[in-house]
Amino acid sequence: MSTTAAIKAKQRPGDRVFSGSAVFAGSMILVTLAAVAIFLIVQSIPAFFADSEDASILPANFWAYVGPLVFGTVWAATLALIMAIPVSIGIALFISHYAPRRLASVLGYIVDLLAAVPSVVFGLWGIGVLAPAVQPLYSWLVDNLGWFPLFGGPVSGTGRTILTAGIVLAVMVLPIMTAICREVFLQTPVLHEEAALALGATRWEMIRTAVLPFGRSGIISASVLGLGRALGETMAVAMVLSASGAVTFQLLTSVNPSTIAANIALSFPEAYGMNVNVLIATGLILFVVTFAVNAFARWIVSRRKEFSGAN
Amino acid sequence: MSKRIEVKDLNVYYSKFLAVEGVSLEIEPRSVTAFIGPSGCGKSTFLRTLNRMHEVIPGARVEGEVLIDGNNLYDADVDPVLVRRQVGMVFQRPNPFPTMSIKENVLAGVKLNNSRISKSDADELLEKSLRGANLWNEVKDRLDRPGSGLSGGQQQRLCIARAIAVSPEVILMDEPCSALDPISTLAIEDLIEEMKQQYTIVIVTHNMQQASRVSDKTAFFNIAGTGKPGNLIEYDDTTTIFSNPSVQATEDYVSGRFG
Amino acid sequence: MTTTTKPDAVTAVPIENSLTAGRLPAPAPWIILGAAIGVGAAIFGVLALAGNEFNWGGAIIVGALLYIPSIWLFSMLVEGRRRAMDRLVTALVTGAFVLAMIPLISLTITVVTYGLARFDAEFFNSSMRNVTGEGGGALHAIVGTLLITGAAAVISIPIGLMTSIYLVEYGRGRLARGITFLVDVMTGIPSIVAGLFAYALFSIFLGPGTRTGIAGSVALAVLMIPVVVRSSEEMLRLVPNELREAAYALGVPKWLTIVKVVLPTSIAGITTGITLAVARVIGETAPLLIAAGFTASMNYNLFDGRMSSLPVFVYTQYANQGNPPEAYLDRAWAAALTLILIVMALNLIARLVARFFAPKFGR
Repeated sequence: MSTTAAIKAKQRPGDRVFSGSAVFAGSMILVTLAAVAIFLIVQSIPAFFADSEDASILPANFWAYVGPLVFGTVWAATLALIMAIPVSIGIALFISHYAPRRLASVLGYIVDLLAAVPSVVFGLWGIGVLAPAVQPLYSWLVDNLGWFPLFGGPVSGTGRTILTAGIVLAVMVLPIMTAICREVFLQTPVLHEEAALALGATRWEMIRTAVLPFGRSGIISASVLGLGRALGETMAVAMVLSASGAVTFQLLTSVNPSTIAANIALSFPEAYGMNVNVLIATGLILFVVTFAVNAFARWIVSRRKEFSGAN
Repeated sequence: MSKRIEVKDLNVYYSKFLAVEGVSLEIEPRSVTAFIGPSGCGKSTFLRTLNRMHEVIPGARVEGEVLIDGNNLYDADVDPVLVRRQVGMVFQRPNPFPTMSIKENVLAGVKLNNSRISKSDADELLEKSLRGANLWNEVKDRLDRPGSGLSGGQQQRLCIARAIAVSPEVILMDEPCSALDPISTLAIEDLIEEMKQQYTIVIVTHNMQQASRVSDKTAFFNIAGTGKPGNLIEYDDTTTIFSNPSVQATEDYVSGRFG
Repeated sequence: MTTTTKPDAVTAVPIENSLTAGRLPAPAPWIILGAAIGVGAAIFGVLALAGNEFNWGGAIIVGALLYIPSIWLFSMLVEGRRRAMDRLVTALVTGAFVLAMIPLISLTITVVTYGLARFDAEFFNSSMRNVTGEGGGALHAIVGTLLITGAAAVISIPIGLMTSIYLVEYGRGRLARGITFLVDVMTGIPSIVAGLFAYALFSIFLGPGTRTGIAGSVALAVLMIPVVVRSSEEMLRLVPNELREAAYALGVPKWLTIVKVVLPTSIAGITTGITLAVARVIGETAPLLIAAGFTASMNYNLFDGRMSSLPVFVYTQYANQGNPPEAYLDRAWAAALTLILIVMALNLIARLVARFFAPKFGR
């Protein structure tokens, strides 16, 4: 037994430099993320204990300021998801199981084009096209369905409400959610599908019995990743939403809550002194929330190892 | 330029799992040695320890000695890269580099090591290696075409040409014909017969006829059962192994009674 | 007409294929769809008589909404419950796709029609310096976008590529798992948080309120690195292990194997991934608004002073409208069109690289 596994292969200088720089680059990721967290925390700490005397944008203390923003962030993202989940599942099914095979990749590419549109352009489009287009629908809803709690009046004259922001967000998260759903649906074992069809199932019954159960965790993780995107989306909301900082569930009025990200973008360029720290602290809270949401999504994905997951 | 290989009491582990246990054998220079045995008996694993290719697999390690002309491959200061330049290898599936032309593939071993080589030397080496692999006549007019455009058998001979271009002393072949059709297999077997004049060749094969056709000596590996380590059962002249083996298990295997 | 000459005419009418019995004829769904849109048009036609303008979009939407229950109803009557359900889901799923196309088409038309108004030479050869009202251009923003994104790429490509090489070729154990996890986390960082980070980083070292192009680049790099790592990692894993083994067996050291065998084999995919990553960050607004700020003048120096970029230009033109407001909005749309064209060009390049330069594995 002159030798064991403990032998170190002789390292050549090239190998050492190369593997060293690979490790260094990997560690840079650790450092970057740690730096993001540390810098945000350091800049945030004073804000947590500030009141309206220290920072002019605070109504009373920090938590009274951030509360409505958190509400608005979550509410807008929820609205977006309620619209985006069924539509993205529908698109994914259409591409994976309904569209002709040859068209499928082209259609997928077309949906991906939506992801290529910068958010600021979505913002312009939301103000210039979407809001005026949906405003008549909103006033019709308020006139005829005003008894329904979410549709209470008075209707917004511009259409720039939280619901419009939700629609824009839904359009923006569609591509990623569709891409993930599509990928899982395509991975459904062909044997299961054929087994269902051979039993005389219609296409919908085949999808219900074979595709959807197989894709369930994919749908969930797609939704959670979409949620993460919707929570952090900034410019489109900042431009489309005409916010007043209120906490309300009304969808169609001109009194709307703002979101953390949009509020930072709108207030930061003019912020000074302690206000900057307050805004950075709200950013830290956003970071923590999206971190948790994304970690949850990854956890779901990792429970299913065979799913490779587009990101 | 061929060398003698001595293996002394070699154990191979994958992490904690003992894959091959207690192998000792001697391989003569300028001979063809065949390793036969049922699937999973560790013959390929053992073959890979002869040029330290097993180290590519995470967790694989070795106890024991492999001596090539008396130098232990597993001594503390041995560079596996230098070992592999002396002990070349040909794989189960042909694997030419897809980004390189036929010419670049043959010269890959030289070029990738950053050695400078003059154009005339390179052309000479190219022709010599391709002739050595019986491929020159088939490809001499399309040396700049991609290597992946050749047929499977031609690709495998290209891989052999690539292996001999770095002038190794031993060539290991891990089931080189298992992905090929019978005609290409015959071409490779003829090639092995010729290459024996210059190199020590060790070949792993599932095909017993192939072992009896090409090899001078044959080693039979076996395992007692799933999860048990592989062992060297018998090592002798090929004619003896196939006509008059001394161990019952060998006779059962070569006569087709199991495996 | 010539039924009498039919040789095998046992009956004048051929027997229907029994397998087609009880199904809606093939054109039926289209007829129903046409009828539904007709009804929608009629409704809005009546409204139009009452004095409103005829609303084509509304007619088609109402028609589509009518189609879904009517195909279900017809199918229910002719084909039974199970087929009706199948038809309903087909209609819904197709509807979902069409629904998603509406914003895409509307957005394309809008950006092109509004954007072309100022898509002229002056837009591309002048800045906004001393411009109030009409005229002016986005040259300073285009230059800023190219510089900032270029610097972000210079930061993130080496780090991202080497990290993916580490993960694929070297990474074992806890560090590799940790890095994989953190890359996932980084993928989810909201862009505005990246902007805040870059701002905080530079204001700690250079004093509060510092806004420079390089700070914007750092923010974009934070967003870009995880995308580069992910896509490169995927491409490197696609390189067959046999090629690495072939190189090792020739006595090639590991690092040369990576540089000369693994990277050339996967370079097309890596290039595609990097181009898509650039396309993704080039449209980011929020981090640049915070970290790089905006200015009306040319600035070629990443390390000194505020620097405009196209997305921020779009936003500021919209947000700080002067007089006349149309001039500002036209510039915003023209910049949006430019931005979309750049992003589309990058996407196109990425696809072309992937298609034409991918190595053929020949099996």
